[in-house]
Amino acid sequence: MKITREEVRNVARLARLDLSADEEAAFAADLDQILTYVEMLDELDTGAVEPTAHVVELETPYRDDEVTNQPDADTLLAGAPARDGTHLKVPKIIE
Amino acid sequence: MSTSGTVDRAAGAATAAAEREALGRFEAVIGLEVHAQLLTHAKIFCGCSTAFGAPPNANSCPVCLGMPGVLPVLNRRVVEFAIRLALATGCTVARSSRWARKNYFYPDLPKGYQISMYELPIATGGGVDIVVDGAAKRVGLTRIHMEEDAGKNIHDAHGDASLVDLNRAGVPLLEIVSEPDIRSIAEAGAYLRTLRALVQYLEICDGNMEEGSFRCDANVSIRPRGATALGVKVEIKNLNSFRAVEKALAHEIGRQAEVLGGGGTIVQETRLWDAEREETRAMRTKEHAHDYRYFPDPDLLPLVVDERWVAEIRGTLPELPAARRERFVAEYGLPVYDAEVLTARRDVADYFEAAVKSTAAEAGAKVAGKPPAGAAAEAETKPAKGAAKPTAKAVSNWVMSELLRVVREQRLDDALTITNWPVPPADLGRLVGLVEAATISGKIAKTVWSEMLASGKAPEAIVAEKGLVQVSDRGALESAVDGVLAANPDKVAEYRGGKTKLFGFFVGQVMKATDGAGNPQLVNDLLRAKLGGT
Amino acid sequence: MDLANLTIAEAASKLRRGECSSVELTRAVLARAHAVEPRIHSFLARCDDTAVAAAADADARLARGGDANPLTGIPIALKDVIATRGVPTTAGSRILENFVPPYDATVTARLRTSGAVIVAKANCDEFAMGSSTENSAFAVTCNPWDVGRVPGGSSGGSATAVAAAECLGALGTDTGGSVRLPAAFCGVVGMKPTYGRVSRYGVVAYASSLDQVGPLTRDVRDCALLLGAIAGHDPLDSTSVDTPVPDYAAGLDAGVRGLRIGLPREYFVAGMQPEVERSVRAAVRTLEGLGAAVTEVSLPHTRYGIAAYYLIATAEASSNLARYDGVKYGRRSQGNGGLLEMYRRTRAEGFGREVKRRIMLGTYALSAGYYDAYYLKAQKVRTLIRRDFAAAFERCDVLVTPVAATTAFPIGARTADPLQMYLTDVCTIPVNLAGLPGLSLPCGFDGAGLPIGLQIIGAPFAEETVLRAAHAYEQATEWHRRRPQIGAT
Repeated sequence: MKITREEVRNVARLARLDLSADEEAAFAADLDQILTYVEMLDELDTGAVEPTAHVVELETPYRDDEVTNQPDADTLLAGAPARDGTHLKVPKIIE
Repeated sequence: MSTSGTVDRAAGAATAAAEREALGRFEAVIGLEVHAQLLTHAKIFCGCSTAFGAPPNANSCPVCLGMPGVLPVLNRRVVEFAIRLALATGCTVARSSRWARKNYFYPDLPKGYQISMYELPIATGGGVDIVVDGAAKRVGLTRIHMEEDAGKNIHDAHGDASLVDLNRAGVPLLEIVSEPDIRSIAEAGAYLRTLRALVQYLEICDGNMEEGSFRCDANVSIRPRGATALGVKVEIKNLNSFRAVEKALAHEIGRQAEVLGGGGTIVQETRLWDAEREETRAMRTKEHAHDYRYFPDPDLLPLVVDERWVAEIRGTLPELPAARRERFVAEYGLPVYDAEVLTARRDVADYFEAAVKSTAAEAGAKVAGKPPAGAAAEAETKPAKGAAKPTAKAVSNWVMSELLRVVREQRLDDALTITNWPVPPADLGRLVGLVEAATISGKIAKTVWSEMLASGKAPEAIVAEKGLVQVSDRGALESAVDGVLAANPDKVAEYRGGKTKLFGFFVGQVMKATDGAGNPQLVNDLLRAKLGGT
Repeated sequence: MDLANLTIAEAASKLRRGECSSVELTRAVLARAHAVEPRIHSFLARCDDTAVAAAADADARLARGGDANPLTGIPIALKDVIATRGVPTTAGSRILENFVPPYDATVTARLRTSGAVIVAKANCDEFAMGSSTENSAFAVTCNPWDVGRVPGGSSGGSATAVAAAECLGALGTDTGGSVRLPAAFCGVVGMKPTYGRVSRYGVVAYASSLDQVGPLTRDVRDCALLLGAIAGHDPLDSTSVDTPVPDYAAGLDAGVRGLRIGLPREYFVAGMQPEVERSVRAAVRTLEGLGAAVTEVSLPHTRYGIAAYYLIATAEASSNLARYDGVKYGRRSQGNGGLLEMYRRTRAEGFGREVKRRIMLGTYALSAGYYDAYYLKAQKVRTLIRRDFAAAFERCDVLVTPVAATTAFPIGARTADPLQMYLTDVCTIPVNLAGLPGLSLPCGFDGAGLPIGLQIIGAPFAEETVLRAAHAYEQATEWHRRRPQIGAT
């Protein structure tokens, strides 16, 4: 196996995804298959090759240091799942 | 749990030398990581305001809220500020640096990642020069980079939820990482104070630890004195003042010494400073070590900074604190201590220089009437009658004691740059000049000063109005002294018999006789002469 | 006159001559949608009322005259990853089921400014992850040529809407082939511009270094017109280039005499459907007949493209999708647990299987200890693939390849095996990795009457050359005039 159940669990935790035991098994199998497939990249000697940072060559674009936005919390937060006034509300961290 | 003797001794150590002694065979190795909030108008990647105190989520937009499909665009001034600090600390400014995503989940992090810099920061090398117990030292800087701040989480009133305000999300930060060159708490304090003064001088950050615009995390390890390998380091967070930094370092160093001294090992971890219990404690939430999965941000291109722009910025740098301090010593003949106090804030240093330059008379001219010499005189106000050009030291004394006292009382120093001085520098300069010319005594000057604060009037006007010109006429004072001695023969006898404490009584009587206007020094001299020695 | 079947160019001409109005045109496509949607499900949100109102505005603008904008009054559909202010934008996902953006994507704004009429949001694979549009959380879009088959993905709904005349043009997005593949499967023209040519602002991000918005249209001229309406620098997108946008339609008729065409041998994969290979090679001969010079070239790293793509794209996606956390917008799961549970359940319930799979793969590829072996390695292989193309373009003006090894496959045929689905994109992915412009247009039909696509790839910012070659081929053939008969089994 290229990826263990434990690693799948760890990845799911990093990605904040709840997985059932069945899903864990299924994803482990999927990822195993894909990771085995991508091993073909090891056939290539890339020691002297630079990774592609960007495909587009540009001068750094900037914006001026100007306030261009008007406050509009009500519109922007109209779709918020939970609010308290203009605060967003989330469950507390349970320790 | 009681703290160990090592901790107590370390906490109580007043000097670096005392610290070293308290630590015994160990030495502390400290690195400090400072996050400085930058004074730009707008956030780093969008056009929202950075202004403090707005209603929750008022300073937000789709970009800093991390809505679907939005993209960051870099605020040029953030880069300018970073380069300013890099140049002021002698760093190498990278021609090409790279934005990276630091991925983790938290409600105050709208995108689920922070745009920061990782492998290729904007500046490296360089250092901060500090002075501790008279010894100069350079604390190296590992790196300086830019990143966006997160929002704020607060617990709601009912306690079952958290409230999130994203106004601060996207405010630009500079992260300044020192080399682990710091060897004592005193050095740590000096480093932080020096760095803070520097960012204030550069006007890129207001350096307010309590309000969170200047934050510090510490990395602490200890090792046997003389060893070269680094010990296991512990990160300390939640330090909200200089005092907290000092106490936390003391506690942590002591804790580590105790553990190692008892044969244990230090766990590499992050500990929080508990200001109430005055101890560091391991974080309660047992979090798996963060895996931030840094990778280059594909929405932002490599940051390329050309030499021309760097040179332009270099040309706009102000005189930096260290250089200004040295110039104050050399040009004004001030003691190092005075220079340090006066240059701790740029606006105070500016005030001091304005006060010193405020009168036209040549150095040494005592009384008005001597024509001012040189073109410089034109820019300065004419001296008042009976005034002299104040010596720098005298002005320094007044600034350090009287002016700064008022500044602190009125909390004028909350502002990054004080503009509403209680007394204009020229007025303070001339007040000092009046004292130096012996027109008024130092004691009277304090009265004049209070009146200047209250009324805003010029010192000369107050002296004239209230007739405060001191009596320095030898003849007049002599007769006052004679009068007092004549009126108190028994006391004179007692004095001459050995009761030297009575001297103060005689001084008081002469001052009374002269309505408080007697030149104290002269009065003193005359009394001593007439009473004779014992 | 069947207004819905007009091309954009034809409709623009009629609108200007007053032979029809935008309202009539819009009503025609809306009626068409009404008729065919139950069979093919191109659309998610439909904007009938606002579309008619926009059409009326367009008519007023046309009446005032003096407006040369070809898109004025033209009904267009937008893939549901493209933000439309006030209209739900779901990216085909439950996690954004109720998300109504308070902003337009830049491409949306540009279309509105040009006076185009937005009729609907088109269905797509969830978060643009897929090659068949079977991963949408809301509907399976069916190929109008055979409703038991997939339209391709991820911009399936955009392609079917154009093929079925539910709009005159559509926008999709292409990260690994998601405009070109559905264009090929649905017998329409689809183009992915050079990376950086079109703004990504307001387009729900899948893989930031690969995503581009692209047009889907009935013919190549329309494609040029629609591309021209959306291309150009955007100060809101730091990866958009600041080079001028040429008039893409102006040089279309210049022909291909002397054009150097390269045929990369690695794209004629073993196991290709024979009719696909025959049609593509026949198309090449047609181009030769029109004066182009054809040489075989080699892009030796082609076969590594899928592996590199599925590490880079998923890594970027795992980070781009972290914002869907139930805090600020979109779906939040109910429950009484704490924050961590809220995150985990919201995302577990809100994301479909394929999205989760890619998030996990991407997270893994970036994680401590694996970054060098996976993500960094893939970016290096990407460089090799870019170099292959650069070398080829020293000798060729365009490259011609198939778009896919087969025609549209049946719904459900490749869902059991994710890797098999991924292999669908072998001919399209390398073009995204290299950031090059690529276009798909019909070059034939197989025995089952399913369309076959021809891919034309250009050098960076050589869209004009690609369009010119495509137009020359198209005008020498009749494929673009065929229409699917929807309703046949």
